[in-house]
Amino acid sequence: MKLLIIEDEPEMLENMRQTLERQHYIVETATDYSAALHKIGVYDYDCILLDITLPDGNGLELLKTLKASGKDEGVIIVSAKDSLDDKLAGLNLGADDYLPKPFHMSELHARVKAVLRRRHFDGNPHISIGNVSIFPETREVMVENQPLVLNRKEYDILMYLITNKKRLVTKTALAEHVWGDHIDQADSFDFIYSQIKNLRKKLEHATITIEAVYGVGYKLEVIS
Amino acid sequence: MKLLNHTTKYLAILLVPLITIWAFIFYYAMLDEIYDSLDDGLDNQKVLLLQRLPANPEILEHKDLELWNHSITPISRQYYDKFETRYSDTLMYMLNEKDFEPVRVFETKMKYNDAYYKIKFITSMVEEDDLIRDLVTYLIVLYLSLMITIIVLNNLMLKKIWKPFHSLMSQLPNFRIEKNHQIKTKDTTIEEFKLLNQSITTLIDQSRARYLEQQHFIENASHELQTPLAISINKLELFLENTNLSEAEFKTLASILDDLGRLTRLNKSLLLLSKIENKQFIDEQPIDFNQLIATITEDFQDLASHKHINLKIDYRARLKFEMNKDLAIVLLTNLIKNAIVHGSQNNTVTIIVHQNSIVISNFGSPIALDTNLIFSRFKKISVDKKSTGLGLAIAKAISEKYAIELLYSFKDQHYFNLYFPKGG
Repeated sequence: MKLLIIEDEPEMLENMRQTLERQHYIVETATDYSAALHKIGVYDYDCILLDITLPDGNGLELLKTLKASGKDEGVIIVSAKDSLDDKLAGLNLGADDYLPKPFHMSELHARVKAVLRRRHFDGNPHISIGNVSIFPETREVMVENQPLVLNRKEYDILMYLITNKKRLVTKTALAEHVWGDHIDQADSFDFIYSQIKNLRKKLEHATITIEAVYGVGYKLEVIS
Repeated sequence: MKLLNHTTKYLAILLVPLITIWAFIFYYAMLDEIYDSLDDGLDNQKVLLLQRLPANPEILEHKDLELWNHSITPISRQYYDKFETRYSDTLMYMLNEKDFEPVRVFETKMKYNDAYYKIKFITSMVEEDDLIRDLVTYLIVLYLSLMITIIVLNNLMLKKIWKPFHSLMSQLPNFRIEKNHQIKTKDTTIEEFKLLNQSITTLIDQSRARYLEQQHFIENASHELQTPLAISINKLELFLENTNLSEAEFKTLASILDDLGRLTRLNKSLLLLSKIENKQFIDEQPIDFNQLIATITEDFQDLASHKHINLKIDYRARLKFEMNKDLAIVLLTNLIKNAIVHGSQNNTVTIIVHQNSIVISNFGSPIALDTNLIFSRFKKISVDKKSTGLGLAIAKAISEKYAIELLYSFKDQHYFNLYFPKGG
């Protein structure tokens, strides 16, 4: 899978590059409008992460050019502006998702994965990990071909942890992803624990396990 | 007290001594004039008497003062030489008044056919007590009519003159810097009011410019903070995964990460607040609050059960209101979250939806919160370090934007009431 990050802030770019490379993606970068224009003109990517505020142009213009040339790369707009207008404009121009800064690395993976999944499964959406299979289209989960009934939050937690498998997912990142942005001022994220406890119970026969990491977050491991 | 009544009051007080002093001066001046003319009259009588004497020598026999108004008494030579003409006041019994009345007496001397005489003339004089009584009466009338004239004139003229001022004063209490309404000044030829109008217009224009500048400063500052925050958070996240850290080190880094998260939330809240105030949420649609509350409470169910709080929702009517959807979500989320976060364990948080209002109540600290501070920015009621102190300020800003009344009250429970404008 080949990704292109268009981002003018070098440290931001470096962070994104590092974390995505760790997920075994091939990552290319562009730091301004003209470099980006050149790259998308010459190469094909599976997913493009696009910052809209670039020093020499507007990211939305790049998106227009991209869609006008008939390319169907997945595009995730990354913006520090978190403005509704930009979000609507971006999505109307054919962007797949809109991710406001700052975001958690685990959230970035989840968004990239979701875009790639939508583009590549083509009617056969199916993720396997250990003896667990997940069908994102229908939100069904099977353990050794036996259906596992999960409520909405349990499913979202599982999906998020699987997307970020073998990596630390902080409680904050998990809470914001599953319970939405508005939960973020709740006095503690300990309430996540009861959902995790239920999920663990349901995954008794699965070969994956959710490990707590020093009370800071969780990590999904495959039992070999 | 109105300025108008103030000037009238001072005039009324000042006029009393003024008129009194004037009355004294007037009284003595008039009395002086009266004496002067009476004395002239008496002098004249003497001249007339001397003229008539050669033709009517029997005048020398006139002794009865009351009958002739003059009396003539022969006197010795020595007395004649010593005698000096004099005027004096005395009382005399008046038959018509049946009382002693003041009279003016003129005593003089004459030499006629080698005989010496003293002549005494009298004339009835002004009655001073009557004069004073009349004077006082007229002065009171003068004072009252002066006051009435002043009040009427003041009311008519000052009202007209002060019109630009009153027009300004009627607008100023309604002036809100966050709303872009202009103060309309009335044209005037009065220098002071021109200056006032000018100063107010300048003051308002400048304040408004500063206010907008500050508004955008907060917004821009928040935007600029996003990227460095994102970089720090992401670097720490990468670092946490990369390195083999001890538990203590790991927890320290995680707490830094938590603080950065708090900073992010604070920043987002500030940004949201300034966006609401900068009117950047324009898109409006009818919101079904019953449905919205159902969705939000579902999200908060886990937090509530973690705190052993029972969420009780009572839909007594269907509430629909037209507003921006994101803001409606933020408004209710902040209030419900506030009730759950500050609600005491093993108790109930109640949400009641009426036709035109929503009431959210929770048990908590047994003391009422300060209604003046509760909706202010950064006025944290609790010591909870995760709260940004902006949640209720944001709720207030949103409700004000849509003329929804957000009120706090305390009666065993903490109540937050949202009253929606009718027909909205």
